[in-house]
Amino acid sequence: MSSKVIIIDDEPLARSIVIEYIQHFPDLVVSQVCSNGFEGLKAIQQYKPDLIILDIQMPKINGFEMLELIENPPAVIFATAFDEYAIKAFEAHAIDYLLKPFNQDRFEKAIKKWREQKNSSAGEKQTKQLLDDVALTAPQNQRIVIKDGSKIKIIPVQDIFYLEAADDFVKVFTKEGYFLKNKTMSHFEQVLDPSQFVRSHRSYIINLQQITRIDPYEKDNHVAILRSGAKVPVSRTGYPKLKAILGL
Amino acid sequence: MATSPLSVTRFRIIFSICWLIIIADQIFLLRWFGLSWKIAIIDSAVNDALLIAACLLIIMMLHYYLPQKEKYFHLVSWCILITVLVILLTKVILKNIFIDDAEYQIFFSRSIWIRSSMDFLMLGCFVLISVIWYNWQEQSEQEERKQDAEKLSKEAELFKLRQQLQPHFLFNSLNSINALIGSRPEEARKMVQQLSDFLRGTIKKEEHQWVTLKEELQYLQLYLDIEKVRFGHRLSTVIEADEALDELKLPALLLQPIMENAIKFGLYDTIDEITISLKASKEENNLVITVTNPFDPETSTPKQGTGFGLQSVQRRLYLLFARTDLVNTEAKENIFTTTIKIPQA
Repeated sequence: MSSKVIIIDDEPLARSIVIEYIQHFPDLVVSQVCSNGFEGLKAIQQYKPDLIILDIQMPKINGFEMLELIENPPAVIFATAFDEYAIKAFEAHAIDYLLKPFNQDRFEKAIKKWREQKNSSAGEKQTKQLLDDVALTAPQNQRIVIKDGSKIKIIPVQDIFYLEAADDFVKVFTKEGYFLKNKTMSHFEQVLDPSQFVRSHRSYIINLQQITRIDPYEKDNHVAILRSGAKVPVSRTGYPKLKAILGL
Repeated sequence: MATSPLSVTRFRIIFSICWLIIIADQIFLLRWFGLSWKIAIIDSAVNDALLIAACLLIIMMLHYYLPQKEKYFHLVSWCILITVLVILLTKVILKNIFIDDAEYQIFFSRSIWIRSSMDFLMLGCFVLISVIWYNWQEQSEQEERKQDAEKLSKEAELFKLRQQLQPHFLFNSLNSINALIGSRPEEARKMVQQLSDFLRGTIKKEEHQWVTLKEELQYLQLYLDIEKVRFGHRLSTVIEADEALDELKLPALLLQPIMENAIKFGLYDTIDEITISLKASKEENNLVITVTNPFDPETSTPKQGTGFGLQSVQRRLYLLFARTDLVNTEAKENIFTTTIKIPQA
């Protein structure tokens, strides 16, 4: 039985060398080659590949951000020229990666490793952990990439008004309304710059730049009024945190 | 080590003139007390010769040991000690020369206190002058060392700034060559050549090297050709530079980081094909370079526009011209413009 492979890289020659190497494996079929993350997402949805060979630095959304948008990402072999942080993260999670330029032998080794792990579910978990790790680094911590229907939305963090927990999702409020991201509040609390964003409530994180004033609300509680007019609850534990960071 | 004042001709002349005046003064003073010419001259000569020797001795000593400020009292004690020695020696010599002249012997004994204080004052004057001299020397040497150190670190920084090379660029270029070797070996060779010429350019060592616009643009072309192989049809570049500007000067390797910044910014901020343009012109006495690249105002953070590349250009121009207004950026609609000015000598 043959396996489907998708190659995603923004440099044409980088794609062609992978195609060349793959031709040595009769059981690997290249379903599609893509030159950016958007094309990659579409192709992955369409072909449900067994393996993707993924470049990291790509236009608009990078390899990590693309993976984050896929619910059950396929097995990945990363190929990168130089990315200190990513390489550290790969090493930390024992994920195989190819350093460009790589030769046929090195490529075969990576394929062999993938075949060995193919039938275990460890791979997907490793990828998830890797994505959580690299989310803390630039540019991933500078923007949020969200799938909005068939469109991909890139939201620079300074454009966020506030975040609200919603079951397994987080609502990201901006001037265009809200977008759903399948991450947890604690994930965002970790990723976002704590001098810019404060968790004012178990279910809310506020962008400090947006706050116009803080009013008392019922007994012991407060509410933050944002520039947009939105009212965001501030809990008993959240209030002192807000006060401290705003220097009130 | 500070130079001794005695090795400076002007100081030697002044020193000699001073002593001639002092000797003459002493002779006339002794004459006024009623001594004969002969005695006055010999007395002055012996006394002042010893005093000059003492002075030279102290100046040379100070050359090797300059007391700290709080230990200046050492100098005073030296002066007193040496004055006593000089007076004793003078007394012994003169009393031996004029052994038969009782009148002079009495005169000498009566004048011993005034002689001592005069000698002490003169010695003190010269010591003071040489202490000031040595301190001034040390200070200017320190100043010079400081300037040297600053110059060295500035040069090192400039060298480092010029050498900044994105490893990303290098490895991706090698990766492209690797791909070309299999399919189009002729092109692979050409790219190896271009990459080599480009790298050779970045490691050229001459400090503060200035090149003509023509040379810099030729060098830039190597870089752009490599990038075009990497990114294929997605990247186009337009370079407009009138031949009349060919001979204008600019610091070497200044334009490449600006283009690199524009390409990175342009290529990674959109998935479309992009055109980067560079225009050279002359305004007043400045060479003006304008680079434009497209960007997406919706998703770009303003910070991205002034990446490391532009910061290093700004720093270099600051180190060379001590001006911070030579790099300007502007974002208008979806075009990002970088303008740099290079003052012409």
